[in-house]
Amino acid sequence: MSMFRRQGDRYVATFAVDEVRVLRKVASEVVGLLTDGFDHGDPVVGRLFPEVYPDDPTGTAEFRRYTEGDLKTAKIDQAGAILAALPDSAGGEVRLDAEAAEAWLRALNDARLAMGVRLEIKDGTDLGEELDEAVAEDPTSSRVFQLSVYAYLGYLQESLLNALID
Amino acid sequence: MGGMAAPQVAPVETPDTDEVPVSDRPWVTIVWDDPVNLMTYVTWVFQKLFGYSREKAEQLMLDVHHKGKAVVSTGARERMEHDASQLHAYGLWATVERS
Repeated sequence: MSMFRRQGDRYVATFAVDEVRVLRKVASEVVGLLTDGFDHGDPVVGRLFPEVYPDDPTGTAEFRRYTEGDLKTAKIDQAGAILAALPDSAGGEVRLDAEAAEAWLRALNDARLAMGVRLEIKDGTDLGEELDEAVAEDPTSSRVFQLSVYAYLGYLQESLLNALID
Repeated sequence: MGGMAAPQVAPVETPDTDEVPVSDRPWVTIVWDDPVNLMTYVTWVFQKLFGYSREKAEQLMLDVHHKGKAVVSTGARERMEHDASQLHAYGLWATVERS
């Protein structure tokens, strides 16, 4: 598994071809969710665009009217920052400046939030245990794959954050 | 708050928050605990957005984590809505209410 490290004013990681594919897939899925698939009834959209006034639907609607467009654009752009920086097809090196690194951080977080909702991650969920259970049930299931990707994205996000804070 | 026992006196009557006219109370931005966001990430976002020191940001993050939520900023309603939308851009679960 790759991780980010700092090289001067750049944040660098070398990705294997499978990692590039996974990152491209999750970033594209976020873009899809925010464009064609945008639906407030989807719990993932509900998590990425929380109700700012939980007890006041009118206030929430008003808030959304003037903030949601910008927020959606920002989220699409940050997922786009992942797609733009990835090597074309094979594996390879990704070099980010500080601005791109922050966009990656936010986009990795959005992808994890989306997957967390779908995988029903709860407070106290032990990812290792979940994965063991899913493997015992069916090692080829989509849940095994999704849980591994979710864990991988968390690891990658943390390595980028540590490189930024360093 | 020091080491000595506080003298036992009858509490002085303090104005109840409920007696302050609702329209005079400030608004607050609240961040709620969520099972996905990394603790280090939440701390970083608080430092980044509000310019809080690492200590203050870390304390707020721990409040969110252990108490389920924390007030992260206080002020005019428009300002709080701005803060909430910024927090949403970073993926934090933020709401606004009157304090």
